[in-house]
Amino acid sequence: MRFLIIVKATAGSEAGVMPDQSLLDAMARYHEELAAAGVLLDAAGLQPSVLGWRVHFGGGQRRVIDGPFTETGDLVAGYTLIQVRSRAEAMEWSRRFPGVEGDGGEIEVRPLFELDDTEPGEACISASAPEAV
Amino acid sequence: MYLGECTRGGVSTRPPMPAHHHAIEAVWRIESARVIAHVARIVRDVGTAEDIAQDALVAALEHWPKQGVPDNPAAWLMATAKHRALDRLRHLALADRKHEEIGRDADALQSTVVPDFVDALDAARADDIGDDLLRLIFTACHPVLSTDARVALTLRLLGGLTTDEIARAFVTPEPTIAQRIVRAKRTLAAAQVPFELPKAAERAPRLASVLQVIYLVFNEGYAATRGDDWMRPALCDEALRLGRVLAGLDAQTAEVHGLVALMELQASRTKARTDAQGRPVLLMAQDRARWDPLLIRRGLVALARAEELAPLRGPYTLQAAIAACHARAHKADDTDWPRIVALYDALAQAQPSPVVELNRAVAVGMAFGPAAALPIVEALGADGALRSYHWLPSVRGDLLAKLGRNDEARAAFEEAAALAGNARERAFLLERARELH
Repeated sequence: MRFLIIVKATAGSEAGVMPDQSLLDAMARYHEELAAAGVLLDAAGLQPSVLGWRVHFGGGQRRVIDGPFTETGDLVAGYTLIQVRSRAEAMEWSRRFPGVEGDGGEIEVRPLFELDDTEPGEACISASAPEAV
Repeated sequence: MYLGECTRGGVSTRPPMPAHHHAIEAVWRIESARVIAHVARIVRDVGTAEDIAQDALVAALEHWPKQGVPDNPAAWLMATAKHRALDRLRHLALADRKHEEIGRDADALQSTVVPDFVDALDAARADDIGDDLLRLIFTACHPVLSTDARVALTLRLLGGLTTDEIARAFVTPEPTIAQRIVRAKRTLAAAQVPFELPKAAERAPRLASVLQVIYLVFNEGYAATRGDDWMRPALCDEALRLGRVLAGLDAQTAEVHGLVALMELQASRTKARTDAQGRPVLLMAQDRARWDPLLIRRGLVALARAEELAPLRGPYTLQAAIAACHARAHKADDTDWPRIVALYDALAQAQPSPVVELNRAVAVGMAFGPAAALPIVEALGADGALRSYHWLPSVRGDLLAKLGRNDEARAAFEEAAALAGNARERAFLLERARELH
């Protein structure tokens, strides 16, 4: 099962202020732990929304809207993609996500659609098929 | 997956289901291997270490629902297990002394069961969990054990799977797996297998055993079919996870990254390997849009790492390089078949086998035409090693059909159909035979 840990933007991240060294260290340590446990698939931090844009679909035409965007709590500042064996395990890893108490930051965790969710019962075929041995 | 039970020495006991059960189960999943590995270094026996780790889990199941899950549940589990391990050593040392007082010879016990106490305390202080985990992997895959036992013990000790989960994954009765694990632990104890990293001279064969076990687990899951227990495909994920863990612990060994690359690349095709009705879809016919680009990228990165570490590629790295040729081709027609042939040539040298040879023949057929490939397949047929392998006549039929030798092709497909193990493959082969009328 894959889960996306979404790190919400803060006033600081939107202003392009780098977090404290201690938080950066904690982040690096946390991701090292994820990797050592074999559950880390991908992770990245995003630049502030002032450097991004949106494409709005509506009224039969597409409209490009340049950042920055103001609704800070709805913006994304980074993500970590993990693959774990249960929802509870994802919960436990997310509980360990580093953050600064009281700075109003937040992460949101969402399960990805899996093979089984879209095609019940689908699995694999015989490994004996001549492909890459 | 659920912990669902606490298993000690193969006997299942079901504790009551407290509210925090899922949280505790998750912590156990994440931490159990590290706890067992660390305790094993103290008590020098993986069976005892697992019992002690399980005791710590039982303690968590008792305390956490009342007091809440601690802020650092990993440290709690580790500390509890460590205390119990040291307690155990103290008791053994005491018992030892008493025995001596009454004149009994406890030398044998002391030398095998009780390591130097100071040494154990030092080990407890050292924070080298990675090293302990690596010892645990090497011990679970020790050559003194049968392959089946290595697989079961690895899933149990490193994967934290219950005997029930392992039994379902391998479609084997639970008591058989429980027995297998109990016997494996006894064998390790009887053979006095030290809880150590292999010495330099043994390292290559010992690592080969570890990689073999992980790839066996992966293939068991990859071979699972529609309707099989959901635990079977979960084996692919677990093997990949173990491979990634190992790649972190033993980052300088090329073949570790080669195996990870191979598994990432094969796993990237999972969604495309069956159609909506669950029928197998051969590689060349797969919808490549359904391949997982993230796993492909991870596979290519791991492959690059393997190739950078060892210019002379080992069997896993070569197989990963072949899988990468497919992964890099956006359309089936873009496949670099001459390169695949070269890689199969190298693989046939590094790890000669009739199955590799048959795959090489397929690649030769794609790269240089059916006439070039047919002699390889005929030679394999004469050799007889693949007598009951339906892919041999199937590949021969395909080459003969391409050469316009329809009667021979039809006979080959019929022969293949008769050998095919499952109904879907049989139907597919008979259909090919019919098309040639």
